[in-house]
Amino acid sequence: MNNKVLYVEEKEIQNELASIRNLMERSSKFISLSGLSGILAGIYALAGAALAYNIIYNHIPVADSESTNNDLSATGLLSGHSFSMLELKLMAIAFVVLVLSIITGIVFSLRKAKRKGQPIWGKTSRSMLFYMATPLFTGGLLILIFIYRGHYSIIAPASLIFYGLSLVGASNFTFNEIKYLGLCDVLLGLVTACVPGYGLLFWAIGFGVLHIVYGSVMYFKYDR
Amino acid sequence: MKIPFEKLDKAFENRLRLQIMSVLVVNDRYDFNSLKELLETTDGNLASHLKGLEKEGYIVVHKAFLGRKPNTTYESTEKGKKAFKDHLDALEQLIKQQKTT
Repeated sequence: MNNKVLYVEEKEIQNELASIRNLMERSSKFISLSGLSGILAGIYALAGAALAYNIIYNHIPVADSESTNNDLSATGLLSGHSFSMLELKLMAIAFVVLVLSIITGIVFSLRKAKRKGQPIWGKTSRSMLFYMATPLFTGGLLILIFIYRGHYSIIAPASLIFYGLSLVGASNFTFNEIKYLGLCDVLLGLVTACVPGYGLLFWAIGFGVLHIVYGSVMYFKYDR
Repeated sequence: MKIPFEKLDKAFENRLRLQIMSVLVVNDRYDFNSLKELLETTDGNLASHLKGLEKEGYIVVHKAFLGRKPNTTYESTEKGKKAFKDHLDALEQLIKQQKTT
């Protein structure tokens, strides 16, 4: 009989320890990030990069119906005072990819949080957003400033580096794996800075391929 | 074999207190409403156990205002962290001893 009492006791203790571990994890980590949204964001980025590639390389031939005066748009591109049709199109693509990714991320996180019965807007998600937003806004503004001054080559490396840094910052508050995605993006950004002219390719790898790889890992590890 | 029940901390006998403590050791500070939401408990219950932990000297209370709304946050003390760790060690020991007997 004594044995039975002890057995019950042990079960109870183990439950207690499990609930403590769970609470420590839940209270300090935002675990509603969904792997699927990572995969989708990667697909949007790849599609956007493909579209951008098409536009750029169809734009180069002299027969251009969009801008009547090619010389003018070329000087505009260098001095940074006016934006050519090409630049506007590329910016529109980048913007659409960004907005779609954010919306997908939010929708999937909401869904996962609801399924697991967790509050999505808590102390942890607030801190996570703050630590993500700081490098993201710094990088975004820096890139805009450089675009205005005509330094286009900074777009690809800087966006990769600052995005990577924001992920490393966010990793304190969520799955640890996101740190490695961030570090890869930072490295890739530095490489991109060394080999000008391949910005779009590296951008597609960093935002497209890496996201898909990361999203799949997360999906198989946590979502199912 | 002697089972170290006496090593278990009386202050953590209540499940909710142990849960509160486990949240406060991994977070710098935690506010009342977030705790309530996380632990799915009532105002009165949570408040009374927080008071109990405060009396033991395991946590400290910071009262502040966010605009006009009071915002009370809690922080675990070194003493509280040590007590929490000792309590977990004792629980672990209990399990280990039962496995060997």
